[in-house]
Amino acid sequence: MQAILQRFSVALPASVWIAILFLLLVALAVVAPHWLTHSDPLLADPVNAQLASSAQHWLGTDQLGRDLLTRVIYGSRYSLLISVAAMVLAVIFGTLLGLTAALARGVLDELLSRAVDVISAFPDLLLALMLIAFTGPGTNNLIIALGVASVPRFARVVRAQTYSVMTSGYVEQARTFGLSRFTLIVRHILPHAIAQVPALATLGLGTAIIGTAGLSFLGMGPQPRTAEWGLMLAEGRNYLRNAWWIAAWPGVFITLTVIAVNTLGRYWQARFEGRAS
Amino acid sequence: MSLESIMTRNPRTPRPSLWRSELARGIVGRLIGGVLVLWAAVTLAFLGVHLAPGDIVSLLIGEQIRTPAIEAAIRAEWGLNEPLWWQYLHYLWRVLHGDFGRSYILNTEVSQLLATQLGPTLKLTLAALLVSAVFAVTIAVATAHRRWGRRIANGLELLLASTPSFWMGIVLLFIFSFTLRWFPVAGDRHLSSLVLPALSLGLAQGAVIAQVLRRELERALESPFTLTLRAWGVGETTIRLRHALRHAALPAVTLTGWLVGGLLSGAVITEQVFGRPGLGKLTVDAMLAKDLPVVLAVAILSALIYVVMSTLVDILALWIDPRLRGESK
Repeated sequence: MQAILQRFSVALPASVWIAILFLLLVALAVVAPHWLTHSDPLLADPVNAQLASSAQHWLGTDQLGRDLLTRVIYGSRYSLLISVAAMVLAVIFGTLLGLTAALARGVLDELLSRAVDVISAFPDLLLALMLIAFTGPGTNNLIIALGVASVPRFARVVRAQTYSVMTSGYVEQARTFGLSRFTLIVRHILPHAIAQVPALATLGLGTAIIGTAGLSFLGMGPQPRTAEWGLMLAEGRNYLRNAWWIAAWPGVFITLTVIAVNTLGRYWQARFEGRAS
Repeated sequence: MSLESIMTRNPRTPRPSLWRSELARGIVGRLIGGVLVLWAAVTLAFLGVHLAPGDIVSLLIGEQIRTPAIEAAIRAEWGLNEPLWWQYLHYLWRVLHGDFGRSYILNTEVSQLLATQLGPTLKLTLAALLVSAVFAVTIAVATAHRRWGRRIANGLELLLASTPSFWMGIVLLFIFSFTLRWFPVAGDRHLSSLVLPALSLGLAQGAVIAQVLRRELERALESPFTLTLRAWGVGETTIRLRHALRHAALPAVTLTGWLVGGLLSGAVITEQVFGRPGLGKLTVDAMLAKDLPVVLAVAILSALIYVVMSTLVDILALWIDPRLRGESK
């Protein structure tokens, strides 16, 4: 904990601060959307359909007269939770795979590495589509599909990192002290092997948010009526001629969130690689 | 280049015949790896069908109404009455001959479907690749080591790389098709209908490549050979385009190879946004109708394209950087 605080005690650039503040706002929308708005995201009001923005409906209303601001706020929940869950899945399995491969070496390493190669031969989104083809659309399947598709990235980095840590001087030294294999791995190898993972996961989260929105845009995620950014975009595409704002706002929020996540991830990675300016 | 790396380098330039054989060995190695990946992809597809929950026949029929005739056809096609190992070999044999079975929903051979839909998708992917390459090279060459240019380009790249391609497509559609009426809204009849889809698909990848390219370009511009060129009085534009770009291109080319997979799956969504025909539309329709033979065939095809692309990228890298030829494994 102290290490984390120390790392952030250095003055952060303004862009990173803005990104953090924006993400906190998004997090608030995920946890407690009713604090930000009092309307119901599912309440249809056909009389007031396709209204442009006004004092009453800040971002306008959609084809069924539902308040867009409310739907965008509630929509963050699906988009964010699916992406975060997918990343958590990918980090856990990727780290385990990479660590196991590097520690086991030999045949197992070769097998696991080849398996990871095969997974990455399929483009992320296509792999997710394939998995959904077998399991059917829905939130849980979306999480698993996106998670599996991101496993190779983490597995590769952790494996390479573990290899280089294991051959480094201090681990040799620790081994000569007669530490048990378990202690050696958990106390000395693991922390360094996964040092790069948080920054990588943050950048991966940006990709996952776009992937989530893309898959639900195609109708593979939450089903209609649900307020979800990708789904709202897909519905709004049909009303582009009369009411461009229906498709515009969810896209703006996806993009802003991804920009914020990427800004944070890039800064983190730059710090890690020691080229922060 | 540091003194150390000059000293450790092999002083003797490899003879042409030598590097050609090493190049050949490298390519053969890659091809073997590629075949392994493809074999694994086909095996995974086969396993997927057999491990998926539920009855295989109804899985392969999809949403089509089940009749004894169709059921018999599927059993014969997949050899479901034979032992599993035989089914597997049978499947491998069929895929090797380009036979991906039948789509019972569209009532056509899957290979025929692929053949007709591959063209529009390849056209879109190549156009997007062109967009991203032109964008990346222009931006990187124009802004490397220029203070304000860098800042603006950095912001633009972050924006483009963070924008989902389908939303970019919708924005472009709204501005250029609905409001300005410069380009058609949907379809694939003229070359003009390719412009917006290629832009919306290619710009995001172009932004990612531009960043890597600029970083490498700046590194090249700081290296001693640039100083030598400047001393000779070579112009800045020539230095950037003729000399630094070649040094910087290698990581960007490798990255581009990786990103082609992203372009392919991005095409799935872009085709949907612009109502274009192609593999993407075929895949999404197949997914929604649970038309499994089509989905599997598309997956295997995309693995094939990945293997071909990554092999091409490796060969391209050897062509760009003669130094790799001597030390290729």
